[in-house]
Amino acid sequence: MASFDVIFIGGGPAGYVGAIRAAQLGMTVAVIEREALGGTCVLWGCIPAKALLESASIAQKVKKAAEFGVNVGETSFDYGVAMKRSRAISTQNSKGVEFLFKKHKVTYIKGTAKLAGKNAVIVKGADGQEEQHDAKKGVIIATGSRVKGLPQAGLELNKTTVLSSDEVLVLQSAPKTMAIVGAGAVGCEFADVFNAFGTRVTLIDVAPGILPLEDSDCSAELTKAFKKRKIDVIAGAKIGKVKLGKDSVSMTIDVAGKSQTLEVEKVLVAAGRAPNIEEIGLKENGVQLTDRGFIKINDKMETSAKGIYAIGDVAGPPMLAHKGSREGVVVAELLAGKSGHLVNYANIPNATYCHPEVASVGLTEAQCKEKKLDYKVGKFPFSANGRARTSGETEGFVKIIRDSKYGEILGAHIIGSHATELLHEIVVARENEFTVEEIDLAVHAHPTLSEAVAEACLDSLGKVIHA
Amino acid sequence: MATKVVMEALSPTMEEGRLVKWLKNEGDAVKSGDVLAEVETDKAVMELVARGDGILKKRIGNEGDASPVGTLLAVIGAADENIDALIAGAGTSSPAPAEAAPGAAQEEGNAAPAPGSAPAPGSAPVPASQGAEAVQQPAAARTPAAPAMPQPPLPPSGSGFGAPGSSTPSAGAPPQDGKRSRSSPLARRLASERGIELSQIHGSGPGGRIVKKDVESAVVAPASAQRAAAQPKKAPRFITRDGDYQDIPNTQIRKTIARRLAESIGPVPTYYLTAEFDAGRAADMRAQLKELGDDYKVSFNDIVIKAVANALSEHPEVNAWWMGNHIRHFNRVHVAMAVAIPDGLITPVIFDADRKGLGEIAAEARDLAGKAKSRKLTPEQYTGSTFSVSNLGMLGIDEFTAIINPPEAGILAVGAVEPKPVVEDGAVVVRQRMRVTMSCDHRVIDGATGARFLQTVKRNFENPLLLVI
Repeated sequence: MASFDVIFIGGGPAGYVGAIRAAQLGMTVAVIEREALGGTCVLWGCIPAKALLESASIAQKVKKAAEFGVNVGETSFDYGVAMKRSRAISTQNSKGVEFLFKKHKVTYIKGTAKLAGKNAVIVKGADGQEEQHDAKKGVIIATGSRVKGLPQAGLELNKTTVLSSDEVLVLQSAPKTMAIVGAGAVGCEFADVFNAFGTRVTLIDVAPGILPLEDSDCSAELTKAFKKRKIDVIAGAKIGKVKLGKDSVSMTIDVAGKSQTLEVEKVLVAAGRAPNIEEIGLKENGVQLTDRGFIKINDKMETSAKGIYAIGDVAGPPMLAHKGSREGVVVAELLAGKSGHLVNYANIPNATYCHPEVASVGLTEAQCKEKKLDYKVGKFPFSANGRARTSGETEGFVKIIRDSKYGEILGAHIIGSHATELLHEIVVARENEFTVEEIDLAVHAHPTLSEAVAEACLDSLGKVIHA
Repeated sequence: MATKVVMEALSPTMEEGRLVKWLKNEGDAVKSGDVLAEVETDKAVMELVARGDGILKKRIGNEGDASPVGTLLAVIGAADENIDALIAGAGTSSPAPAEAAPGAAQEEGNAAPAPGSAPAPGSAPVPASQGAEAVQQPAAARTPAAPAMPQPPLPPSGSGFGAPGSSTPSAGAPPQDGKRSRSSPLARRLASERGIELSQIHGSGPGGRIVKKDVESAVVAPASAQRAAAQPKKAPRFITRDGDYQDIPNTQIRKTIARRLAESIGPVPTYYLTAEFDAGRAADMRAQLKELGDDYKVSFNDIVIKAVANALSEHPEVNAWWMGNHIRHFNRVHVAMAVAIPDGLITPVIFDADRKGLGEIAAEARDLAGKAKSRKLTPEQYTGSTFSVSNLGMLGIDEFTAIINPPEAGILAVGAVEPKPVVEDGAVVVRQRMRVTMSCDHRVIDGATGARFLQTVKRNFENPLLLVI
């Protein structure tokens, strides 16, 4: 039994970042984790997926190398090697978190935690032994979420033919054919990866377009880019009958009343994540849930039970690592008695790392219409950007939506090479309430992709230079 | 780690101080809070205390020398510490770092002489020839807690957002008064469009920065002020209100009046209301109290202060400050009284004078006058007044005008109580009379408002029994 100021249950991007911040602020901190530090992000999400996407990107570039005067001769692509590289990076990052814990004197307790009142946690170790630990200032639940499959559509995860991203990340080789159900960020990224490694990919979503949460212009642009790369995109689709074979899956897909049959080696279910709320003792300790099954919190991350906090995926969408990390920082600062700058949920960036990348922050144009806002749109295509031309990555555009009267940046949507990096200029601007004019006033280096951001802002003012 | 001892701003208006006397010698061990020296400010002799522990390594300032706020006077350090670099950097006079002079009116530059405590006799307001230097009588001069000078309004934002040629109104151009209020570009744009002064807005962003939602919520505020005004009126005296004051946003007509009048007459557009009070009953009361012994002695001035204080509680529009962008109506009544001292004058304050008894006011006034003469007043004792009274009656002055102490809006000049012929029921009789002249800042107090207030003062003074119920 040990006593700490705060205990974080879960060592993912919400819990581990919060723990380090809490330790920086002078609190004694423990993190309880049943798997390995880093959570879904490091082990089964962001990091390994991005490693595979980098492999995919190189594969794409090699295919075009001759255009650049680089002859690489015969090429072949090996998913197994790419997968092993991604696992190595994942492990490296997880060890990196362990190192950070040592550096900041955060205690790492391996095991499964259960709440024992507002100031204590019982941890069951790998050996089955239970031990109680005290948390004088509070317990923070950061248990995250997991893939849940689509049993209601006949797509129960089975680890052989119907897979989640967890299993796909450790496939030894790329299948010949794959259906990806769910065309959100995860679905689009894996479509990109497997397409690059030679799989015939069919990307299916019930929504009318892929990346349904993004601006419809980006969705249309990505659909165009995917189709060009021979990824079959079926939007507005309903999955009918599913037949599970030993080495294949066949399913009927209905689109606008028309039915078609698809037979594939593997199905990746890339839709639906469930919060990890079981076996923590939430109910016994008075922690309430929302209608959608997440832990209910207020803007100070407080749950309905005093002294118990929740952050990250388990505390509700958007289920993004950086949203969880920020909640971790804020809860640590509040517990240290600092008046934290509360999480600005309206300014959390979205990023999808397929090629071309898609990144956004703020409102989509459809949302602006729905809210009846008086807005203006500025758009600049990368095909008119010098740097994009030199790298041969001219797909995509920057789209800025600004308030007509005051120039407030209501939303920004970027699709193209390095979109996820380019977006942050806008995130900083919005956080500081800079308007499109301040973006333009800042001199942008030439030639850079960032010029497209400034040009889109200028376009919204009717002053675009290069288009 | 060595600690610098600098000339500190020991009063809100202090720009330089004279080192009167060192109380510690080089080599003495000092602790934080120990008195190192006596310093004469513009108002009083004050104590300069150590801000760190150690040995007083070096005294740099000389006794008798005056030096600007921020000047290095001494260094405290460890016994074996080398402080040569610190001393070498002392130079002539380093400007005061912001943290050394919190709340000091640094931005005022060389303000006009005797700012803030100048109900000097004489009829003219600040002469126009003094020009710009005299224009800004420091609003913050007498009140550490008061906001510094009002922000200049935003530059006009051109012909609307995004119109051709409309560059951002130099997005971050700080106001020129040195005390920049931080705000986001979007907040500035919203405020300028909606005609809201940023200085009226409380910032909720990082470091007190004014952000969009602060501007948006500021628009709602006046409505709640109106609701408050609609509440039934309570008894006129001893009105209790929440908080210390209300800020009344300036209407367009108020802004125009302020601008036009200031153009016409000078920075404080002053006009004068003169009245003659009958002092018969006040004199009788004084005499009766005097018979009861010295403990019960009150002066005419004490009665005037009480009469004024009670009237102010009935007329909050006179108990007010001109804040540049708005007018501040105080809920509490703090009356300053001018006291002549050998090298000038000072205005100690009787706080909450409307709630104090006449005896209490008399005792306090005696005590404050004594302290003023021996220069023992602390800044808290001569700042924060909401109205002033100046009395030259004891010097045989029949009638005079006094100069307003900005940001206050009025001052009452009180003359001598003298027997004079008056007409009563068609016959000439001799009565004890006292002439008073109220100087009013027209931006705050319009003529009729001032007159009504003076009527109340008259009623109170002529019926001193009202002052004891």
